[in-house]
Amino acid sequence: MSLSQLQKLEAESIQIFRETVAECARPVMLYSIGKDSTVLLHLARKAFYPARLPFSVMHIDTTWKFREMIAFRDRVAREAELDLIVYTNPQGQAEGINPFDHGSSYYTDVMKTQALKQALDQHGFTAAFGGARRDEEKSRAKERIYSMRAAGHRWDPKAQRPELWSLPNLQLQEGDSMRVFPLSNWTEADVWQYIAQEQLDIVPLYFAKERPVVQRNGAWIMVDDDRMRLNPGEVPQQRLIRFRTLGCYPLSGAIDSTATTLEEIVNETLSSRQSERQGRAIDHDGAGSMERKKQEGYF
Amino acid sequence: MNDLLRFITCGSVDDGKSTLIGRLLWDTGSLPEDHIATLHKDSRAHGTQGEGLDYALLLDGLQAEREQGITIDVSYRFFRTARRKFIVADTPGHEQYTCNMATGASGAELAVILIDARKGVLTQTRRHSRIVHMLGIRHVVIAINKMDLVDWSEQRFADIERDYRAFAHDLDFTSISFIPLSALNGDNLISSSSAAPWYQGPSLLGCLEAVHIDNEQSADFRMPVQWVNRPNLDFRGYCGRIAAGSIAPGDAVRVLPSGATAHVQRIVSMDGDLPHAECGQSVTLTLAEEVDISRGDVITSIDTPVECADQFEVRLLWLSEKPLVAGRSYELKLHHQRANATITSIKYELDINSGAHLSARSVSRNTIAVVNLSVNRALPFESYARNRTLGGLILVDRLSKETVAAGMIHFALRRSSNIHWHSLDVDREARQQQKQQQARCVWFTGLSGSGKSTIANLLEKRLHAAGRHTYVLDGDNLRHGINRDLGFTEADRVENIRRVAEIARLMTDAGLIVLVSLISPYRADRDLARGLLPAGDFLEVFVDTPIAVCEQRDPKGLYAKVRSGVIKNFTGIDSPYEAPLQPELRINTTETSAPEAAEMIAALIAQERKPA
Repeated sequence: MSLSQLQKLEAESIQIFRETVAECARPVMLYSIGKDSTVLLHLARKAFYPARLPFSVMHIDTTWKFREMIAFRDRVAREAELDLIVYTNPQGQAEGINPFDHGSSYYTDVMKTQALKQALDQHGFTAAFGGARRDEEKSRAKERIYSMRAAGHRWDPKAQRPELWSLPNLQLQEGDSMRVFPLSNWTEADVWQYIAQEQLDIVPLYFAKERPVVQRNGAWIMVDDDRMRLNPGEVPQQRLIRFRTLGCYPLSGAIDSTATTLEEIVNETLSSRQSERQGRAIDHDGAGSMERKKQEGYF
Repeated sequence: MNDLLRFITCGSVDDGKSTLIGRLLWDTGSLPEDHIATLHKDSRAHGTQGEGLDYALLLDGLQAEREQGITIDVSYRFFRTARRKFIVADTPGHEQYTCNMATGASGAELAVILIDARKGVLTQTRRHSRIVHMLGIRHVVIAINKMDLVDWSEQRFADIERDYRAFAHDLDFTSISFIPLSALNGDNLISSSSAAPWYQGPSLLGCLEAVHIDNEQSADFRMPVQWVNRPNLDFRGYCGRIAAGSIAPGDAVRVLPSGATAHVQRIVSMDGDLPHAECGQSVTLTLAEEVDISRGDVITSIDTPVECADQFEVRLLWLSEKPLVAGRSYELKLHHQRANATITSIKYELDINSGAHLSARSVSRNTIAVVNLSVNRALPFESYARNRTLGGLILVDRLSKETVAAGMIHFALRRSSNIHWHSLDVDREARQQQKQQQARCVWFTGLSGSGKSTIANLLEKRLHAAGRHTYVLDGDNLRHGINRDLGFTEADRVENIRRVAEIARLMTDAGLIVLVSLISPYRADRDLARGLLPAGDFLEVFVDTPIAVCEQRDPKGLYAKVRSGVIKNFTGIDSPYEAPLQPELRINTTETSAPEAAEMIAALIAQERKPA
């Protein structure tokens, strides 16, 4: 009997969690509430069961997440007895940085990238787990599972450490840190199949439902609260939609879908002709934008 | 049939690796529409194909790669067909980025090695083939690309196949397939092309779908312990990924390096206890007996444990810009063990082209070498050929923390093959250096009661206080131990001196300053001792005291016994004493005090060694 594809991926991810915890002084898990974070958290709990997670779980809250995401986060943290850290960039918050007035690029830099770096520095974390996958985007396809960041959290894509077998070199010089991606070799389809197999609870926004949306740049943007700025003449309409990926609601495009079960989502994913992050506004802020964000310290 | 194949593309720069994968993704319908739209846009901006699509841009995800039109680092892509899922690592062709190529290859089961039909087999083709082989990949597909540029010449294809087969003769690949193709045009990529009617074999994709990877794994259970899970005093779980074999509750196991034995109690998981677990799974085991186990130990089946050793022959791929020099110390990581490692000798460097073994004093970047490696404690291991997890290692620079080498254990060095190491590396010179002194043998000769031992003991105290490493060999004391079978006949005296001289020789070889205090009446015997030691190391000190003075001192009451006839064969009385003709130093104790004498000898020792 040989292991299934999902069993192999699960075993590899668990190995990555354990190796990092064994060798890094202060690990933390970045939790962004979406489907990948859900799988990541589940794998982490499996890796250390019956012990509690030997690290904190941190959410960088831009204050523009879907309300259902925040409710889900707090419920998960309670039920799984997580040591949850929620961090918001205080300057950004004081200055009211938002995606409408400041543009998606600047907003993302201040409220996500800068916030993340501040939080990592404040807590002195030397390794941070993230749920990024190589199939998401072509600069992510280039990244190591154990990805070293120099002082200032900079990623140097031209000088990545060799990574042989499952034998990472996790030794760091002062000021360096590690970003660790246990889901590197998972695809979007693997994630959904695993969620279905393990019967994992996910944010309801992934399932199709009638929701109030407006169309912006060819994408359906959900009007999640009354902070949403409507353009002149723009009227929200009820539409049967769901999300393939979740981020900040003004920047996350929904897709037309009737998928209301995990099985239907898996089938839809396997037959989709559009990429997963196609609805993510920030990926399209100019050529090489993801790579640049990553170099600056974005996950 | 495996449901997933992990493979790499490699070969020399500009052989079309990224284009091949890009085209494969395109032709298998693996590209989402928005990525296709981006490709159209990027091809106009950075493309190298004029109006056509530049498929390489799908892979070269870094800005620098798109600008320079080269691949710098590995790109991992995922695609599927009706028959199989694939993870492909597109690796860079430049020699400079060989470490990235090796990164991709270390996780692969098959390699697609590209050759430009116009250029044929190049050094980089051979380098990548050797790296692929050394990392244990046994299936290679030689994709002879750009066949359209040589008019699909069957002869050209046959020539390249012959060249490659001649080169790969000594590499024991399980399968080598040759496919003529044009990645850019998609010929023979996912289906057979009419461009080469003379070629009857499968397309590249057909080949990748059909290849059978036989994971020859030993059935004996092996699990390196990665993490000890101790949430409370009542639970102690040993976590790790099973590297070979399978395990079930009740199985008897052995723990290395301690050798302790125990039984598996439970296989704990969040989904409930498992009845059984097998190779590849990450598990948590509890044991019925209390055994001391730490991270880095290996749990094995009880009757087939792994070896433990502290010296290995290892094949290295050197990755650092700083060359490897024998004698330098690195940190080694072998499965979950970390240890101090020293490369004790470079056995040979591999000639990338011919495979010849070249002697080498240092090894530069991207070179394959076979070395002897010594670690500071015994580690449980298996050869890389037998088990990749337990035989693959990396070396890390202590200061910069960079990964300087990937290593594959051939075997442990047995005692007999260690002689090399003993004689070559830690020699007398090394020991002297460690002690920061010149080894010497100061040989005190003179009549009984002349003051040899007194001076020798004073001298030793003085040297010891100065931080020197010394030892006094006193003739009388040695006669209580090693020489207690010897009397005072001439033959016995000769043997006595021979033994002491041999001991003094070993001790100076150990780097010590040896002070021998021995009447040693015969010139020939003292010369024998002198001859045993390297020239200049033997300092003969004649403690010259008239026999009348000795008899007057008589510290051990021996002269009295001689005079009363109790002792026979006494030197200077009824047995001869041959005074040295050219001692390094002569001390007249009637004129020189013992402390003064010690001072004089210390000055003599401190002098540079006299040339022979």
